[in-house]
Amino acid sequence: MKFHKLIIVALKSIARNKMRSLLTMLGVIIGVGSVITMVALGEGSQKDIENDVVSLGTNLLMVRPGSIKSGGVRGGAGSRPSLSMKDVSRLKQSATLLRWVSAEVRANGQVIAGNNNWNTTITGVAPEYLSIRNYQIATGSFFTHRDCKTRAKVAVLGKTVADELFPNESPVGARLRIRNVPFMVIGVLAEKGQSSMGNDQDDIILAPDSTVLFRLSNGKFVNDISASAVSSEQMDAAKAELTALLRSEHRLTAKDEDDFGVRDQTEIIEIATQVTGTLTLLLSSVAGVSLLVGGIGIMNIMLVSVTERTREIGIRLAIGARPFDILAQFLVEAAILSLFGGLIGILSGLGAAWAVGMLLGVSAVINPTVVLIAVLFTSGVGVSFGFYPARKAANLNPIEALRYE
Amino acid sequence: MRSEQICLSQVKKIFSIGENKVEALGGVSLSIYSGEFIAVMGSSGSGKSTLMNILGCLDIPTSGNYSLEGLAVEDLNRTELADLRNTKLGFVFQGFNLLPRTTALENVELPMSYDRHCRIANPRKSSIEALRHVGLENRLNHEPNQLSGGQQQRVAIARALVTEPAIILADEPTGNLDSHTTLEILELFQRLNREGLTLVMVTHETEVAEYATRLVELRDGRLLKDEAVLTPRNAEEDLKRVAS
Repeated sequence: MKFHKLIIVALKSIARNKMRSLLTMLGVIIGVGSVITMVALGEGSQKDIENDVVSLGTNLLMVRPGSIKSGGVRGGAGSRPSLSMKDVSRLKQSATLLRWVSAEVRANGQVIAGNNNWNTTITGVAPEYLSIRNYQIATGSFFTHRDCKTRAKVAVLGKTVADELFPNESPVGARLRIRNVPFMVIGVLAEKGQSSMGNDQDDIILAPDSTVLFRLSNGKFVNDISASAVSSEQMDAAKAELTALLRSEHRLTAKDEDDFGVRDQTEIIEIATQVTGTLTLLLSSVAGVSLLVGGIGIMNIMLVSVTERTREIGIRLAIGARPFDILAQFLVEAAILSLFGGLIGILSGLGAAWAVGMLLGVSAVINPTVVLIAVLFTSGVGVSFGFYPARKAANLNPIEALRYE
Repeated sequence: MRSEQICLSQVKKIFSIGENKVEALGGVSLSIYSGEFIAVMGSSGSGKSTLMNILGCLDIPTSGNYSLEGLAVEDLNRTELADLRNTKLGFVFQGFNLLPRTTALENVELPMSYDRHCRIANPRKSSIEALRHVGLENRLNHEPNQLSGGQQQRVAIARALVTEPAIILADEPTGNLDSHTTLEILELFQRLNREGLTLVMVTHETEVAEYATRLVELRDGRLLKDEAVLTPRNAEEDLKRVAS
């Protein structure tokens, strides 16, 4: 029988049992739909995390102090304070592949402004920090190198801090005390929102590095150094240069380990990607199982259909249909059922991905490859699960099939 | 001399039901010549259905030879048998066996859709022609449940005719019809037979068998009687007599 006739016959038989066909397809629809939704949301959240990490800073390199090792027992990262302002100035002077360098000196404390108080982290940084971490000034201004030299008691507030301490007034020009040291607010940062890890990036106070170092901290060590490489292509070279400079500054010999650690965004992205990738895989395999169940549904209905149409098969065989014609007829019917189901599933999957993405605030990324794989997979499901019933039909004995009531 | 279309020699068919072996046909030899109208009679269990199934290439003999227009059927596989049914044979059943919810025209076209060699150039035209031949040119787009039993059987006959088969096998074609419609179908068969078609018709009614040109009777899987009907009845005249 010619292929287009097979399709017409299959479509007729599907249309004859509309409700049943729809229910049969439902399994495939749900299967394909959920695979598409899961993958779209998984890839979307991956993308979101990448964007978040980029928003942490431009070509960011983060230097943290190394770990203490005494008698073979090693402390955690940062347990040995090893970074100082000298390291920062060395990097600023000698590094050729770093555009910006800034110390980060952190102090925690209760911040008091008028009747309000708030506990937050005060970070002492250089003016370059703004560029390194992609912060914008919303109102007022940022401090200058001069402020850093003079240990000026000025502060720039994150949005959260500004809202908590100055709910009804503009903080710029206001005064506040941090651990009893009086500061003047000279600016407010633009809102940056939550990071993908969930911490509030606006719950900060920035002040000149030297001010925090000497007035609020120990006066010796800085917590971290943030630097920005000149370009994303030069990240690795910049990392190597930074490491070499710090090693020479720390007078480490060739056999000494680094007493600091350098991390860049690619590592962070890799970890995040790995986590979401695993999650996506997990969810898609659950969805894949439902696709399998959908396939079994098709097989079930095709078996019913073969039994129901035994007499028709007998007639067709008697008037000269080859066993292969019967096989093809039922295979095409199963394939069309699953392909239709697959197409509806793709559409509803795209819709669901969009809707869930809107609801959860996650972006949904549609990957054409995944859609293509879903289409191929569903037609595969139809043909493979349709094969057993189709073969059963083709192998019917025409005499018995004709006698079947 | 008329040519020999079918030659059965010492055909046996044995069914095994568990341990028991049932001999449905015990060595039947039969030659059928073109242009014959044969009535096969016999009580139930006489083996006439088995004989029809073998003649119709729906089943193959356990032993013995069956040649259809010179072709040895017992050596063919399922696909070759299907092609043979498609090109050389036409079937008419007691229960009509039309596809439900499918128009008369589509039912008649069906056999040609399985013809890989497309022997019939224009299936639609030939189908309409076949339906006109059986007097149903006004019922082309009726579905089986909109047709009377006699009309359904005519559609089935048109479906059997349309592939221009060598022989038409009718298994109790009038079993489900009233006497008047039976006469109409027999009239159609006689007309087709006069036009040169070979017909084999199974029946258990003696009156129906009287319209054939040759009578074959089976009992217990063997030929009991094989004789020419000297003066076959004429269905056309009988119809006129009933009408008047």
